[in-house]
Amino acid sequence: MENTVYNHSVSLNPDKCVGCTNCLRRCPTEAIRIRDGKARIDSSRCIDCGECIRMCSHKAKKAVYDRLEALDRFKWKIALPAPSLYGQFNNLSDLDYLIDGLYTMGFDDVYEVSRAAEIVTGYTRHYLTGKNLNKPVISSACPAVVRLIRLRYPELCDHLLPIRSPMEIAAIEARRKAMREHPELKKEDIGIAFISPCPAKISFVKNQPENDRTEVDVVLSVSEVYFELISAMDAKKTPEHCSESGMIGVGWASSGGESTALFNEKYLAADGIENVIRVLDHLEDDSLSELEFIELNACNGGCTGGVLTVENPYIASARLAGLRRTLPIAGTVIRHKDDEPVALPDEYVPGAFTYLPAKTLGETVRESLDKMAKIERIYARLPDHDCGSCGSPTCRSFAEDVVKGEVTEDECIVNMRTLIEDLAKKIGKGEGI
Amino acid sequence: MTAPLRFHYDIDGENFTSAGEASVKVKKSLRQLGFPQEVIRRVAIAMYEGEINMVIHAEGGWAEVTVYPDRIEIVLCDRGPGIKDVELAMQAGYSTAPEQIRSLGFGAGMGLPNMKANSDTMVIDTKIGVGTTITMTVNVG
Repeated sequence: MENTVYNHSVSLNPDKCVGCTNCLRRCPTEAIRIRDGKARIDSSRCIDCGECIRMCSHKAKKAVYDRLEALDRFKWKIALPAPSLYGQFNNLSDLDYLIDGLYTMGFDDVYEVSRAAEIVTGYTRHYLTGKNLNKPVISSACPAVVRLIRLRYPELCDHLLPIRSPMEIAAIEARRKAMREHPELKKEDIGIAFISPCPAKISFVKNQPENDRTEVDVVLSVSEVYFELISAMDAKKTPEHCSESGMIGVGWASSGGESTALFNEKYLAADGIENVIRVLDHLEDDSLSELEFIELNACNGGCTGGVLTVENPYIASARLAGLRRTLPIAGTVIRHKDDEPVALPDEYVPGAFTYLPAKTLGETVRESLDKMAKIERIYARLPDHDCGSCGSPTCRSFAEDVVKGEVTEDECIVNMRTLIEDLAKKIGKGEGI
Repeated sequence: MTAPLRFHYDIDGENFTSAGEASVKVKKSLRQLGFPQEVIRRVAIAMYEGEINMVIHAEGGWAEVTVYPDRIEIVLCDRGPGIKDVELAMQAGYSTAPEQIRSLGFGAGMGLPNMKANSDTMVIDTKIGVGTTITMTVNVG
């Protein structure tokens, strides 16, 4: 199966994992099992939302991202700061200081992802005026949400917005600009580094999805860049470079930013993976035809809530609101002649959002039915506490794991305790075992 | 012979926001079983409409879904007021839903017609003051 070879950015340090159930119970796709005392991630189910990293009190879960040194091999280094980066700093009154700081850190150029977000906004507005669309159109900017839909919601795959994410468009434009301004550079001389708030973006880049491609070479994390950038920013110096973002692009960092930029009131914006799942479940049953656009962000508060950020998402969003007040509406506008249709450039078209069905229980429907009947029988005997002590997230998933042959039923410690208590009573009464 | 698989769901009439939960559960199970997407879609819609109806009109009830390799049977049973005029109720747009339900966007009179449209057979057994049982079959292939 194509989705079982998916390389995730979320990974486990087995030395730190104590086999507790914190991550197990919070994983929205039930991708985690505790086996032999350690957490294990089923890569065919993981969507890289990062909830387990957030929940792990032992710091055993981490995201794998590139170090700054990964850029050493490139002659021309370009930073792509995510808009969420802008909300991380106290006392940052002007984005120009941050942009300057990135140059001071050693980048040769900076292309703000918020600029590309404005390009996406422009094309989305036009896309929504098209005929025969599957409405509501669902944002495809959050890769965790896209993967969730592709794994679990076959009927919603063709609602996803067929425009590449701001990160990818920023990378395309940044490379184009470098080639134009520096014709001496070869393609491989240019290193494009996205500064990511979340593991989902990292996984997207690292996997080079089979039906898609990425223009990003290196993915850094906001938290990795944070301290270097703080010391590189100098408030006393007049900035040499200017931010080219508008309030629309920067607004993408917070939940609702992408939607409000569309100037279309028929939208819904949900954030936090549990809320996202509730909206998608609802959407599958009830078409919500009164809506034109749905923005979904896996993290609370939107991208500012990414697990690789430093600041609390709500504080970050409040700071961004302050910064946005001094910005133009948009730094980048898609212009076209009134009588001409707006065509999305080919390089902005993403790979198809095909359904990636989960494995069925058996090879045939009959075999699956037999297995599910067994699951139901086992499940009926279980306590339904969903305590997770067996290493499966719920009693129901434990029953499935038993039938799959991964574990044995006697690993349910609640039932085992009852059994032992009964035995103890019998022995106490002199009945023998 | 494969034994049929039966799922039972209690539909909570007290809690309007939980309506639709059984439909999601059925959908997940049918996917694990490997039924074609079109079959799953029809079952899910038929279930969902039935659930909403039970919550709006009958203070809940129960649903039983029996899965055979070649068909899926759905029984929806409630102890509600019963349907006065089944023929009228089957007409698209006809609704007896109270105003506050309609203001929520439900009660458009499409429940029974949608159930009919998404099932291969549908039998309504209703008695005023006693309740309603609807049996639907969705054939595979």
